[in-house]
Amino acid sequence: MLPPPPPEADIEISDIRKLTDLIRQKYGYEFKDYAMSSFKRRIRRVLDLYKYKTVDKLVSVLDSNPDFFEEFISEITVNVTEMFRDPTFWKVLREQVVPNILLNHDKINIWHAGCSSGEEVVSMNIMLHEMGVLDKARLFATDLDNAIIERAKRSTYSAKNMDLNRKNYHRYSGQPETNLDSYFKEVGNEVVFDKALLQNVTYRRHDLVLGNVFSKFDLVLCRNVMIYFNQTLQNGVLSRLHESLFKYGYLAIGSKESLIWCEIANKFIVVNNEEKIYKKIKD
Amino acid sequence: MVGKYKLSNKYKAVVIGGSAGSFQGITQILASLPKDFPLPVFLCLHRLKHVRNGFVEALSIKSSKPVVEPHDKEPIKRGMVYLAPANYHLCLELGNSLALSTEELANNSRPAIDHTFETAAFVYRDKLIGILLSGANKDGAYGMAKVKERGGLTVVQDPAESMIDAMPNAALAATKIDWVLKTEEIISFLGELDKVTKTLAPA
Repeated sequence: MLPPPPPEADIEISDIRKLTDLIRQKYGYEFKDYAMSSFKRRIRRVLDLYKYKTVDKLVSVLDSNPDFFEEFISEITVNVTEMFRDPTFWKVLREQVVPNILLNHDKINIWHAGCSSGEEVVSMNIMLHEMGVLDKARLFATDLDNAIIERAKRSTYSAKNMDLNRKNYHRYSGQPETNLDSYFKEVGNEVVFDKALLQNVTYRRHDLVLGNVFSKFDLVLCRNVMIYFNQTLQNGVLSRLHESLFKYGYLAIGSKESLIWCEIANKFIVVNNEEKIYKKIKD
Repeated sequence: MVGKYKLSNKYKAVVIGGSAGSFQGITQILASLPKDFPLPVFLCLHRLKHVRNGFVEALSIKSSKPVVEPHDKEPIKRGMVYLAPANYHLCLELGNSLALSTEELANNSRPAIDHTFETAAFVYRDKLIGILLSGANKDGAYGMAKVKERGGLTVVQDPAESMIDAMPNAALAATKIDWVLKTEEIISFLGELDKVTKTLAPA
């Protein structure tokens, strides 16, 4: 057995304050209401990655080197996602939510809030295409991180992640003869999504924490994004998501998120509790 | 201090981790847990990432108390048993609530025992008991070291009894373990904890 590694110094809340203060003052981003349990681990990850021994060191690098900030944002944010994550969720979108919206509207406006590398956007386009309604759809995909938006635009993915995506897709489609790969072109170790299906998508940087309401939507997806915020920030973000929805528009959050503890809960009704799909019923 | 395990009444939470070969042990532990066990119990057990349903139901069948998979930011209640949901890390958050995370796998696992234990140690400090059961990798060893570092009490399933002993052994190598116990002994340990917590006036 190897001897245990020496214990690393704990990151204290006062260290995190110093970091969030600097980022606010110098770069205009607000991290003070991120959930402590994960934010601390993200900072630890950045320290390990760049071999900085202390948070003070990270603070001084961020202070003196603005070019580093974009990199920092990419590492501190969580970008783990899948195509057709929670296949049963996508079934409910296909069978219930999208048909209901199109019953009353000619067009469907969708916002992917916190789109990360774009797997959810790709899934949405495949679903709408297979439903034959892609030409009625207008999609917005936003994220805090410029670098990840560029990746989402390229919609190019590692071939080795496709196994999981295929499994999810088959659980969603329920038809073994359908083929996720038909939407992708293989290039070396990567697969590139068919760009013709992304023509209705607008990608842009948007900060859920400080950003304004910029449009109105029939469907907003913000899945597994707010889990990185504390309850105070969740309330603030939810009130802006609520404002971004047309009356009777739909909000989808992650399968283990809930509106129960949020101030705005009474302005929504539950459409599907298992898949965490809500409908705005009050302005 | 009374009883075989010399427990005091300061403890506020129990965190339990397990992986391959731990299902039987955890089932026995949950079945024997006093119905009115006063502390919250946080369970992080390795499980299939893409099977959302069935596991919590399987654990609940014999459990003396209901087992729930919490939502993000769910307030912690005394005497509840919380299970890390499939494909999420389960963390203890400030303000007496739970937080979930979809971050990268840790030790090839999501949920990762290290994340649950480390965040629990941060919140509960010396008022936490960490219990690590059978398993095939080293997840939980770092977390147990954190529990110990913050003054908590550490217990591992006896490697001789564990179906797969890699996990308890990794914890034994990583930090000081207060008690190495067989499943039956873990059950009486928790029974003693129950009595001490209920009967003695807070110190």
